[in-house]
Amino acid sequence: MERMIEKWQDKITEVVIGSKKPARIGGETGVFFIQGEDAAPNPPIVAMDVWDTEPDNWPGPLKAAYGKSLKEPVEWAKMCVERFSADAICLRLSDQAQTAEKTLEKILKEISVPLIVIGASPEKEKDNELMIRCTEAAKGENCLFGIATQDNYKTLTASCLSTGHSIIAEAPIDINIAKQLNILICDMGFPQNKIIIHHATGALGYGLEYTYSIMERTRLAGLSGDKMLSMPMISFVGQETWRTKEARTGDNDGLLETATAGAYLNSGADILVMNHPKAVTAIKKTIKELCS
Amino acid sequence: MFIIGERINGMFKDVARAIKEKNKPAIQELAKKQVSAGANALDVNVGPASADPKEAMAWLVRTITEVTDAALSIDTTKQDVMEAGLSLCRSKPIINSLNANEEKMHALFELAKRHNASVIALTMDKAGIPKDADGRLELAMKIVASCMEHGISPSELYLDAVILPVNVAQSHVKEVLKTIRDSKMLADPSPKTILGLSNVSQGSLPGNRELINRTFLAMAIANGLDAAIMDATDKELMDGMITAELLMEKQLYCDAYLEAYKK
Repeated sequence: MERMIEKWQDKITEVVIGSKKPARIGGETGVFFIQGEDAAPNPPIVAMDVWDTEPDNWPGPLKAAYGKSLKEPVEWAKMCVERFSADAICLRLSDQAQTAEKTLEKILKEISVPLIVIGASPEKEKDNELMIRCTEAAKGENCLFGIATQDNYKTLTASCLSTGHSIIAEAPIDINIAKQLNILICDMGFPQNKIIIHHATGALGYGLEYTYSIMERTRLAGLSGDKMLSMPMISFVGQETWRTKEARTGDNDGLLETATAGAYLNSGADILVMNHPKAVTAIKKTIKELCS
Repeated sequence: MFIIGERINGMFKDVARAIKEKNKPAIQELAKKQVSAGANALDVNVGPASADPKEAMAWLVRTITEVTDAALSIDTTKQDVMEAGLSLCRSKPIINSLNANEEKMHALFELAKRHNASVIALTMDKAGIPKDADGRLELAMKIVASCMEHGISPSELYLDAVILPVNVAQSHVKEVLKTIRDSKMLADPSPKTILGLSNVSQGSLPGNRELINRTFLAMAIANGLDAAIMDATDKELMDGMITAELLMEKQLYCDAYLEAYKK
């Protein structure tokens, strides 16, 4: 029987992040993981969260996996790259971070993988000042900064534009607003090939299927020629999974995180941001198998 | 929606004059204006008054390709003028047009193969334009069959159900819409459908023409129209087209959907 290969009108935009060891994100010419189609020139990458101050609400299984490094962001980042083979680091800035840009500079000096930087409270105006300082501190490093929302995108877009970083545009499970936000960001002169879409992430059992179907629709729209939805997508899997009571009460091997990440891979996520080292190892193995 | 800009046609006085005076900038300006307004391709017709249509077509195609890579729809009934135009195109050209007349189909499908061109086909023959959808579809089927016999995929074919001016043939309008709808079932992959839109309002009052064009285009889109030869510089017509496509779920809604279409 003749094998039917789906031909798409367009392809997903390729976004490059990082400077020392840049990662190519996106560029798909079809949906992921269909054998024989070779639709993904750049396999999805796995980033690991690192907080600038020790997270006080992390559950036991996660704390145990990292030990004392949680107090030292630079050590923590190095550990993620060297021991757990993280493809990128996702630096989380906490609310009161006076020294955020110092930490950012130190991490940039010590690691060579791309850096994602997420502000403390993306919905609030007060985040803007901190993000301006951080984008300046990382100027020229081609980081990925977040998070721009429909109500608060202008400052972050302008600072990323002037310092050469990429941006995460987030709409909470609303594909129409996601498209609108991308148009608004592009209208400021921001290059389309420096935007990553985030649709909000739901953990397994906590609304994953809503996000999944929206991500799938986004990917199909992008492949069908909708330029304003053709950007790669990111999922904050770790953060959402470890908020669930199922994970917090003793998921020592990060199984729920692995399962959640696996679903997002299939929905088209290009960057998975994760927490548990065992889940990271498992999902990296899955990616390798699916892409080989 | 695939838009073919209609303005470079010798029927328009300014174009006829520009051809006669070899006024390159005038033609190039028209080409650029239509492309920037959203035309995907440009129709090129030397008009009835040209003394040497072959030479005029060659000059027009050369003049236009100097300023744009947009596809050109070579619009003529004369075989030698068609060849002159096609041979100078740099992007995949469009033959405009053939009809269900056997000799014409054979000659032009052969030409389409040689130049890797898409083809616009009118659902009419020597006997004229059928008065209902069934008659049009019968001719459409003949055209699709001939297209496939010549080894060309029906997806390269744009069937034009030939809309007549509403002030002389009002009853044809709904027959054309039905033809557009039913053409899709003639083959797999299905042929595309196209309209020479402005014809619908030919002869109507100047103040009403744009409104008639715009309304009819929306109705045709609702019936599955894929392409139109039309005035791409008519902003309200273009916005109406984008909105009709939005309502037919051809693009995902967002508040700035008009702008999104152009990105």
